[in-house]
Amino acid sequence: MLEADKLECERGSRTLFRQLSFSLAGGELLRVSGQNGSGKTSLLRILCGLLTPTQGEVRWKGTRIQDLAEDYSRELLYIGHAAAVKDDLTPAENLEIACRLAAVPFDRETLKSALQAYSVPELPVRKLSQGQRRRAALARLLLSASAPLWLLDEPFVALDPAASAFTEDLLSRHVGRGASVVYTTHQPAGIDSRARVVQL
Amino acid sequence: MILAPAKTIVRRDLLLALRRRSDVATALLFFVIVASLFPLGIGAEPNLLRSIAPGVIWVAALLSSMLSLNRLFAGDHADGTLEQMLLGAAPLGIVVAAKAFAHWLVSGLPLVLIAPIIALQYDVASALYGVLALSLLLGTPILSIIGAIGAALTLGLRGGGVLLSLLVLPLYVPVLIMGAGAVEMASAGLSPDGQLLLLAAMLVVTGAFAPLATAAALRISSE
Repeated sequence: MLEADKLECERGSRTLFRQLSFSLAGGELLRVSGQNGSGKTSLLRILCGLLTPTQGEVRWKGTRIQDLAEDYSRELLYIGHAAAVKDDLTPAENLEIACRLAAVPFDRETLKSALQAYSVPELPVRKLSQGQRRRAALARLLLSASAPLWLLDEPFVALDPAASAFTEDLLSRHVGRGASVVYTTHQPAGIDSRARVVQL
Repeated sequence: MILAPAKTIVRRDLLLALRRRSDVATALLFFVIVASLFPLGIGAEPNLLRSIAPGVIWVAALLSSMLSLNRLFAGDHADGTLEQMLLGAAPLGIVVAAKAFAHWLVSGLPLVLIAPIIALQYDVASALYGVLALSLLLGTPILSIIGAIGAALTLGLRGGGVLLSLLVLPLYVPVLIMGAGAVEMASAGLSPDGQLLLLAAMLVVTGAFAPLATAAALRISSE
């Protein structure tokens, strides 16, 4: 489904990786591994189309993602380094806006239960801890089951063991549904053994 | 369908503005204070004040609209919500146009409403209030729409605020000339229709094309 073809990424005159090719079928889990600064985040941003590779191209079901534009965006869920939640809004408001912008169908009940599943308190995000912010961002996973591609940049960072395990469970269930998941992590996670690895 | 995400963005930005009322108040107070400094500095010569009023009010409106521009995308860029907009299901141009519209509702519309009170300080004839407000009503959205291009281009740059002014203020000149010109025409007893129609035309053209430029600039600066 997702193909990376001879990707090369240059950031500030430094080449992070070159001739990077891999493909990802439905139901596969892919872990991007590498040291700090090796280009994991850049690779994920290239895969979702936020960053243009210096060379090479990314294809989704055989078509270049640049040609698909919003049609590709609708297929994927990207959760980046920044949690993408507004400080002045509550987690529920944040989640609702995120779903509306991504054109993900939802109702109040599923939204509420997603936040409860991650036990995010209903306070303005500025009053939440780092881990709780992360949980508020990850609650989108529960509403994006229909997206065939998840791209997650350090999903386990700042999470406690219980929330990490819950997230891992969500990933493996999503893969079980036949969807693809790409993630980066520095924390060894139980799910790693099931993942293919791209080493940068 | 295409309007649903636009509605979401406008509602979101208005909600954020409501939670951070001080930001809105600063821009409005800035407008009031700048416009009030001129009579204090120049002296209370009614004829002089009357003749400079349209220009001063319009320049104060430009500066005040500029003041809040660098916050247009900066917050969303910092917390990652901008990335989610870039990856949204809606075309980015729509999102950008909605953000510019919300910016105008928060920073432009209050100026339109308060301008007649400022005009009072300058002893502007009350018959001109309508033209002044109308020129601002047509002109201030253009400021938000054009300003969004500059805000997108200077996103994430150090000293972006000053650069933004240098980029955007020259582009505001036609709006300033037409806006202030309309009021001057009316005060000379002539019809301001020409200037007002030109402002309306500029609004239509920038509204149609500038969001595309802003979207392209956003994609570049968020790489």
